[in-house]
Amino acid sequence: MISFRRIAVLAAAFAAIGASSGAFAQGKVLRVVTHSNLSILDPIWTTAYMSRNHGYMIYDTLFGTDAKARIKPQMVDTWTMSKDGKTWTFKLRKGLAFHDGAPVTSEDVVASLKRWGRRDALGQQLMTFVEEMETPAPDTFVLKLKEPCGFVLEALGKPSSNVPFIMPKRVAETDPFKQIDDYTGSGPYIFKKDEFKPGDKAVYVKNTKYVPRKEPASGTTGGKRVYVDRVEFNLALRDPQSQVNALAKGEVDILERPAFESYGQLKGIKGVEIVNRDPMGFQYMCRFNALHPPFDKAAVRRAALAAFRQEAFLQAQVGVKEYYHTCASMFTCNTPYASTAGSEIMAKSNMRKARELLKASGYDGTPVVLMKPTDLAAIQKLPDVAAQLMRQAGFKVDLQAMDWQTLVSRRAKKDPPSQGGWNMFCTAWVAPDIWSPLSNAALDTKGEKASWFGWPDDPKIEQLKAQFARELNLGKRKKLAAEIQAEAFAYGTHAPLGEYINPVALRKGITGLVVGPGDFYWNVKKN
Amino acid sequence: MYKFIARRLLATIPVLVIVAVLVFLLLRLTPGDPAAILAGDAASRDQIAQIRISLGLDKPIIVQFGIWVSHILHGDLGESFYFKIKVTDLIAQRLEPTLALATFTLVIAVLVSVPLGVIAAWRFGSWFDRALMGFSVLGFSIPVFVLAYILIYIVSLKLGWLPVQGYRRLADGFWPFLRHLILPSITLSVIYIALIARVTRASMIEALGEDYIRTARAKGLPESRVLIAHALANAAVPIVTVIGIGIALLIGGVVVTESVYAIPGLGRLTVDAVLARDFPTIQGVILFFSFVYVVVNLLIDLSYVIFDPRIRY
Repeated sequence: MISFRRIAVLAAAFAAIGASSGAFAQGKVLRVVTHSNLSILDPIWTTAYMSRNHGYMIYDTLFGTDAKARIKPQMVDTWTMSKDGKTWTFKLRKGLAFHDGAPVTSEDVVASLKRWGRRDALGQQLMTFVEEMETPAPDTFVLKLKEPCGFVLEALGKPSSNVPFIMPKRVAETDPFKQIDDYTGSGPYIFKKDEFKPGDKAVYVKNTKYVPRKEPASGTTGGKRVYVDRVEFNLALRDPQSQVNALAKGEVDILERPAFESYGQLKGIKGVEIVNRDPMGFQYMCRFNALHPPFDKAAVRRAALAAFRQEAFLQAQVGVKEYYHTCASMFTCNTPYASTAGSEIMAKSNMRKARELLKASGYDGTPVVLMKPTDLAAIQKLPDVAAQLMRQAGFKVDLQAMDWQTLVSRRAKKDPPSQGGWNMFCTAWVAPDIWSPLSNAALDTKGEKASWFGWPDDPKIEQLKAQFARELNLGKRKKLAAEIQAEAFAYGTHAPLGEYINPVALRKGITGLVVGPGDFYWNVKKN
Repeated sequence: MYKFIARRLLATIPVLVIVAVLVFLLLRLTPGDPAAILAGDAASRDQIAQIRISLGLDKPIIVQFGIWVSHILHGDLGESFYFKIKVTDLIAQRLEPTLALATFTLVIAVLVSVPLGVIAAWRFGSWFDRALMGFSVLGFSIPVFVLAYILIYIVSLKLGWLPVQGYRRLADGFWPFLRHLILPSITLSVIYIALIARVTRASMIEALGEDYIRTARAKGLPESRVLIAHALANAAVPIVTVIGIGIALLIGGVVVTESVYAIPGLGRLTVDAVLARDFPTIQGVILFFSFVYVVVNLLIDLSYVIFDPRIRY
């Protein structure tokens, strides 16, 4: 008869064999549990952050944004602006080549910018200034503008969706509203299309022919040096507790966004450390729908602003004191355009003032339909806090629970709340998406026709943004950004709810994570 | 017999048609716009509208249904909105993990539960019988994810014997394949062990009270032969039926297990597709599950002929 002890020994032996064979096969493989699933492989077609991160693996950009939010050249070597500010000439650096060996030329660049300019909000704004894009030499391209534009480099170096990635001309000529199916880039990694299994894993191998810049890596700029042979995105592991277990056992190397509840456990695991590689982090906000009562009145929106206390939102949603801070700015705090202009109404909790404002607004008790996503842990507690604070201020709130996908579908509806529309929802932005008046979608105030969901209509903000777009002087741009923000608080476009970070958890021995606004895997060493 | 099989297979057609119509209509009535989901958080209303057109969702529902049905008649379940690959390819990719998990689960469940049920019935009223009944209540009651976390904690994290998560294809080698399946299969099998053991016990208790068992014992047959060849053979029909029901239940049961153990199977695919409102994938997967369910039921019905010669089709 086989004893239990013998069975246990056999099991342990098999386990050891399995573990050792696995370790042998893996070599320098960086195993990353990504923050969400990767399904769309065209980072121009969608604004999904996961598609953006995929883009950074395989494509390169003309300019990038460093860890301190400064724009720096990446594929571009040198550039000049004419005295009248209308002609920008860019020269590509030497050694740029696509994964198939073809050199990157100015024609590829122009085709890529044209496709990006059709889809990206900032790209579309840039294209309204562009009269012509010329390619006088294979390594030189020229932007001829109708009038001076203050955000050319800001647009070309924008770090978040949609990023102006450079693709081969044959790929970039794809209709912007169709997804590409050729993933040839010129970035530090090569996408293994044959190993891609949606919902399971995505694999990238080192591009051995990539020529990094000499500067140290910082954000999306500098030398993108690759020290691992292969990066595997684990797309199947999404249960937060299983993620922690897998990291503890060393089956994965990095958790991109652990659940806030997991940090306590992660800190106690030997061999695991917590590293914040994105100090600018994210900003929470609640958005009002300006089309329908009660938020069609600025006075009601401002009453809600007065009721909101950032600390309450952050404490409930993030919970870990060291991972959040209040921020009175609509532009990411600690970035060039951040200010406190106009934020007095939210500066500190003022429930009495909120009640007075609401009463003075003539609010008639119309319930606020507040959408709450039940399946998105990163933001699901915000509506609860908002509802409670608004009720205290005198609002009637109809808190409606739904999954996030229903919410994103419903928020596109302009119908009245009683017919399937809405009054308010809360979300989060990555820092680069909101750090400038031009990239901050919540500050689109063109009304029903062209604004982001909520459809605020404030010609003054649009006028100030137009001035900002044409202004080349940084000091004046900062002043204009402050004026835009003051007007946005006065109008009540949205309520900024504070900022947070979501540090990565990784195995000790993983070093060199690039600091910057995003999830990047160059420069990373696995010891 | 052949006529029965042919008749049953023909009967699957109206079942699948009803399922297809219901699923198609339900998805269109459910809130959620696939285009808004695909476009991403920062997309504008116009961008979402463009994507809706590119997916064909701007067409009237009846036209969309006609297009889908005509594709199905050509053996094409359409292309996933979300993953941009053919739904048939997607199901093929995800079939192996689910099939492997379901097969291992059933094998473990049957190998453990039937002997336990037989012994409990044989020793009816004993401590073993009472312990088995207690276990079966526990097996029904404990949530799959709780059991999974407990097993992972003990077997993977403390003892280090088996991996915490993941799946290896059979093509990667049998041992890696097996290692990644042991814990999920045990986790999932507990509820089926409880179910099948109870039914086996009840069915065996009834069979053991029959005259032919008394006769067999009077003839001096060994007890093992009495239990297996006479009692179990006659108690098999309800046991086989409950195993068949178990296969159908597995379709739902794999979802949680696949999530906790990060197994990229059909369960996860279904959840992802539902969350992303990936209409072609949801429709394809549900049609596939319905077909499997019908076929399993047919096989179970056919197996009755083997276990009970009195049954004729």
